[in-house]
Amino acid sequence: MSNDLYTQLASSLLDGDPDATEALTRQALEAGIEPMAIIKEGLMPGMNSVGDKFSCGEYFLPDLIIAADGMKKAMDLLEPELRSRRQRVESPGTVVLGTVKGDIHEIGKSLVATMLSANGFKVYDLGVNVPNEDFILKVKETGANIVGLSALLTTTMTVQKEIISELEKAGLRDRVKVIVGGAPVTRGWAKEIGADGYAEDAIGAVQLARQLVSG
Amino acid sequence: MTGQIKSITNPKISLNILTPGEVERIHTATLEVIESIGVRFPSTKALDILEAHGAQVDRSSMIARIPGAIMEKYLKLMPSVYSLAALDPALDLSLDGNHSHLGTDGCGVEILDVFSGEKRRTTKGDVADIARVADYLDSIAFHWVPISAQDCPPESRSLHELAAIWGTSKKHVQTESIVTESEMRAAVEMAAVLAGGSDALRQRPLLSIMQCTLSPLCHDGGSLEAGLLAAQAGLPVGYMTMASCGSTGPITLAGNLVVGNAEVLSALVLMQMAHPGCPVYYAAAQTATDLRSGAYTGGGPEDYLFGAATNVLSDFYNIPLSMGAFATGAKEPDWQAALDNSLSSFMAVSTLSDMLLGAGLLHGSRIFSYEMLLMDSEIWSILHATFQGIVVNDETLALDVIRSVGPGGNFLGQRHTRQYMRQRWLPTLIDRRPYDQWLVKQDGARQWALERARQILTDYHPQPLDRQLVHELDSIITQVEAGKFVTV
Repeated sequence: MSNDLYTQLASSLLDGDPDATEALTRQALEAGIEPMAIIKEGLMPGMNSVGDKFSCGEYFLPDLIIAADGMKKAMDLLEPELRSRRQRVESPGTVVLGTVKGDIHEIGKSLVATMLSANGFKVYDLGVNVPNEDFILKVKETGANIVGLSALLTTTMTVQKEIISELEKAGLRDRVKVIVGGAPVTRGWAKEIGADGYAEDAIGAVQLARQLVSG
Repeated sequence: MTGQIKSITNPKISLNILTPGEVERIHTATLEVIESIGVRFPSTKALDILEAHGAQVDRSSMIARIPGAIMEKYLKLMPSVYSLAALDPALDLSLDGNHSHLGTDGCGVEILDVFSGEKRRTTKGDVADIARVADYLDSIAFHWVPISAQDCPPESRSLHELAAIWGTSKKHVQTESIVTESEMRAAVEMAAVLAGGSDALRQRPLLSIMQCTLSPLCHDGGSLEAGLLAAQAGLPVGYMTMASCGSTGPITLAGNLVVGNAEVLSALVLMQMAHPGCPVYYAAAQTATDLRSGAYTGGGPEDYLFGAATNVLSDFYNIPLSMGAFATGAKEPDWQAALDNSLSSFMAVSTLSDMLLGAGLLHGSRIFSYEMLLMDSEIWSILHATFQGIVVNDETLALDVIRSVGPGGNFLGQRHTRQYMRQRWLPTLIDRRPYDQWLVKQDGARQWALERARQILTDYHPQPLDRQLVHELDSIITQVEAGKFVTV
């Protein structure tokens, strides 16, 4: 019975059917299956298959994003159950990210947030046109180990540099890695302003975040 | 400038891409989007204007829903024909629906250095150098700000870019890099200094303004307020959608056109509400997202189709179009770049897009290359010849010559041949040499383009802008930087 449900859960993620993932998760809980088992035996194998299919070019970004949506719906049901059992899923790291002040471009930053969440990172997305101090406060509040700064304009790129120096002033620079992105941002710029990393796209950002938290 | 600008006029080739019925459906769907879903205008000033003219405004979401009848009323006020003025009136550009003019691309952040080949960050000096080469080339009709003057302060950078171009070239300038009202105020003042006052500027707009929308269905507050100010000064203003299939627009091409159309029209109608009859233009550079990575494509069949279809839309609204063509996603001036830039420009010209953007940049408008600029110029020269089509009359049918040569002869020695041979197109970068000649150096377009760019930069020094005017432009920029700029 439970094996069958695990397979169906994984398939629902692969098929891009978040409503089915949610219904199956509910069904599994009602059948008395442990939440941690639902995650480890059903959801994670499904997400891993989606990731593998993406890596080899069979799946496209919408496949990943819709699977991540299914995963989120399932976790919304499972998290209260985990808390009541004093259990938690291990996370590789905590990320605070946003688009810097003066810039309201959203999609690239949101895609990075989705991809990081789908890969287990705890993500605080501050949105767009974010004041510098909000990044500092959120890093303090959450103890994040990565902060991601997005800028799509040549004139707002310089704000990435401002935030890095403000992190320094606040004495936070040593405990948080800074990653930067956005169309006009280059590896050279990232290096020049003293960022810890740069990636050209959301998949690259996940690889970068993994490297930074493990290194 | 060495001679006449080579714009494409009276093309003999045309393309059917959307039927009138299909255009009508796109138009109706667009009005429904604007009326029922709405567009976000994050500017109190813009929302006030929209509300006063009959739009339903939600102040918390900053979304305005404009009834279709009101859209139609203001769309009718847009002038269909006007000219872009140049510092040298001989270089004025007519936007009369019967010309395609090529401009440079923008706004890159890196440049392949013409002498060292190194890829480095761009400076104000680069803006002036590129303007000088673009001024030399007869293919280039007007300037965009090709790259960002990153050695200048962000709050006045766009003004330094304008000063660098005006200091060098007398062709029309269309800027895409001013996104705040305060910078626009200073830019209008600079343009007025050059035109000889604000009334003269209104008569002869030396500057036109390009703003971007924020797909899907949003505008940027600064861009709206900057556009309104420019429209008030009588400068032609365009809003460019870059809605991208699958990410910032629907995956289907028709849906993507609807989203882009809603963004552009909603902004242009705002301009008409504020300043009835002000010159505006449609601008677009839609594309498809590569959903394997989320990458901007900068080329491919979707781009080519959008290039042609968008002009059909702007013709429907009877206003000029500034169309993003060229602007390949290729990293180097290579096979991909030539393919993208040839097909995208061919399609855009085949429907007679009024202004074409995109010469000179690589990697999705991020890296400037002089080689690419020269190669794009050659592509334009091919288009120019192609769109002249085939002229059929007694002289070109050449029956007398055919009779005198007869079966088995040749036409090389005919006066008719000599008379018309210089009308046949000749390349400057395409290699037609014998194989053995090529074998000596094994060089080609890239080396020749680079050599030509170096030569132009070394030898070509157009008459600079009058020193007094340079001083006045600089003094406006200095006032902006000191926070002391006020208009009189």
